[in-house]
Amino acid sequence: MEFLYLLEQVVNGLVLGGYYLLLALGLSLIFSVGGIVNLAHGAFYAIGAYVSLVVIQHFGFGASILITPLAVGLLGIVFERFLLRRFYTADPILSLLVTFGLAMVAEQAIRMIWGSAPLPSNMPPGFKGNVLLGDMMFSKYRLFILAVVIAVMAGIWLLLHKTSFGRVVRAGVQKPDMVAVLGIKLQPYMTAIVMLGVATAALGGVLFGPIAIVHPAMGTEIMTVAFVVVVIGGLGSFWGVVLAAVLVGVVRGITIYFVPAAGEASMYILMFLVLMFRPRGLLGERIERFE
Amino acid sequence: MESKQKKTVELSGQRRTLLKAGAVVAGSAALGLPSLASAADTIKIGHLTPLTGFLGALGAYAQQGIKMAAEEINASGGLLGRQIELVSEDSVNPQVASSKAERMIERDHVAVLMGEINSASALTISQVAARNKTLFMSIGARSDALRNKDCNRYTFHVDIPVTVMVNAAGEALVRQGLVKGKRIYCLTSDYLFGHDLSKAAKKFFAANGGNVIGDELVPTDLTDFSPQLLKIRQAKPDLVATNLGGNQVTNFVKQYSEFGLTYPVAGFNLNTADAWAAGEGNLGGIWPTVWHHELKTPGSQAFVEKFTKKYGRIPENHAWIEYVSLKMLAQAITATKSVDTDKLIAYFESGAQFDILKARKAYFRPWDHQLMQEAYPFTVKPKGQSKGPQDFLLFGDAVPGPNEPLEKLAPPKSESTCKM
Repeated sequence: MEFLYLLEQVVNGLVLGGYYLLLALGLSLIFSVGGIVNLAHGAFYAIGAYVSLVVIQHFGFGASILITPLAVGLLGIVFERFLLRRFYTADPILSLLVTFGLAMVAEQAIRMIWGSAPLPSNMPPGFKGNVLLGDMMFSKYRLFILAVVIAVMAGIWLLLHKTSFGRVVRAGVQKPDMVAVLGIKLQPYMTAIVMLGVATAALGGVLFGPIAIVHPAMGTEIMTVAFVVVVIGGLGSFWGVVLAAVLVGVVRGITIYFVPAAGEASMYILMFLVLMFRPRGLLGERIERFE
Repeated sequence: MESKQKKTVELSGQRRTLLKAGAVVAGSAALGLPSLASAADTIKIGHLTPLTGFLGALGAYAQQGIKMAAEEINASGGLLGRQIELVSEDSVNPQVASSKAERMIERDHVAVLMGEINSASALTISQVAARNKTLFMSIGARSDALRNKDCNRYTFHVDIPVTVMVNAAGEALVRQGLVKGKRIYCLTSDYLFGHDLSKAAKKFFAANGGNVIGDELVPTDLTDFSPQLLKIRQAKPDLVATNLGGNQVTNFVKQYSEFGLTYPVAGFNLNTADAWAAGEGNLGGIWPTVWHHELKTPGSQAFVEKFTKKYGRIPENHAWIEYVSLKMLAQAITATKSVDTDKLIAYFESGAQFDILKARKAYFRPWDHQLMQEAYPFTVKPKGQSKGPQDFLLFGDAVPGPNEPLEKLAPPKSESTCKM
């Protein structure tokens, strides 16, 4: 019986891995390709959740999954064009400050537009409830999230490995000088990557609204998890983020089974251990700065 | 290549200065803008409440409540011929709360400190107040420890303590047959307030024949409850009792509903703002509250109307309690004709009665400085009976009942560890 309970926690951790993966992906993309730590990542997640509430009122939840990331992605283009672009070759601390400042501005803007009280965000009808596989219980909605995340991951993998766009991006990550010599301008690719990163963050906001609380500071709640997953997985590695997300989910589940109070601390301990023995992250590559 | 490096070195010197300047500005902004030296004839009141973090939404209501009270008092001529100057800031966390309280006393020369919702922050502020011999009205912090071993002469407690909350909801649970002989699974927020709730809850269950089969500690920054929900299902309890604080209750309730678990849920702490955020259809069970907006007393209804008109939203209990707290202080200042700390303490300890917009008047117990007042259990309206996203709560009658002493639910002196 006990083993089954532990197994249930492990499997739940795998499902949660999808959740953490979606949160970390956007941060990892911008970090790996642009060399910039985007501290406003959580802000786009929050904006996604709030915009989604508005879109749902007019078009429903299904439409929101498509519309909201696109809409916030457009915001991401503006963000890249007018803010991020100036800091690719600058002192790293400047991009930290600017994105951190943006995160604070975004949180206050949300507070001004929608108020400081949390907004009700309900589960789309038909998704509530659990499904039993053997004696293990799964939330229907989280399985749905997992399916969406897998689809998104497949899409991004195809984009990065099977298209010429992806080839240029990967070359730009590893050998930006060579790409420049070949006469390819990397700037538009960077804009597209930022848009993608912001859109995935917003998608996270859309999907987690129904099971989390939609309030102005919600962005800060996910930033640490996203960071930890990116750091554990290592920079520049697609599969590293996937592996790290799943690992964080499973380790957390196991910890809560044995020592519940240490549940949240477990991911930091994991990060500490990974950094001690493999500073570049599990599958990280050494990348040169985007120049 | 070399010249580029040199340029970076020169520029980074400038940059460094700019960053340092920026850090100083940001740092001082974080500490809060110091209040400008004001005219000698205002009464300065220092107000701290969490505006960020898991209690942030409640702090926003609290700030609105006390500001409305200050404006009302000033509009009718102020106190002792002087206007009230309210210095209200984000307390952030216990450390920042403590340093802000110090600064408010030493540099801003506030006459009184008021506020707080986070019990841990209230504790640090009360220690600052005691050290500096300044009156502190701890308005929204409910931990029992504050009123027992951590009590001091300079701190007065307005909100109902944990024991009263447990008793208020607990009585209703006992009546529904959810306690005696039942297996109860507890979830507790891992901080001062959560631990207090858990202790009081366990005591109540033990005294009423309930069997606590588990008590999970939950970190306050935890947002995903799925592992805990799986553990609950594995334990198959008769009742799930939550000792959670702030918006953790909302998160838990939403995810409990998401997983479609059917064990009865109850809890010993739930603010109406967090209940609304949970959403109709997600919340169930029995919970306690210190006040609610449907309370049918003329004073309460007038307050609700005025607040709604001014701020465009229905007040929740923290807005109400901050409003009446400032009004109580105003009454004390007017009665003693001073802002002298000792005189105010003596007035509060004298058993003076206050109109807090409820059916019965309230008073402070002299030996632990706890305000004696009514509380209300509440549950959720049956499906289809609510008229909107803030209308689905069903509030019960006041406890203690009209013929019972107000101290009935409060912990008695014999059990108190408070020494002033």
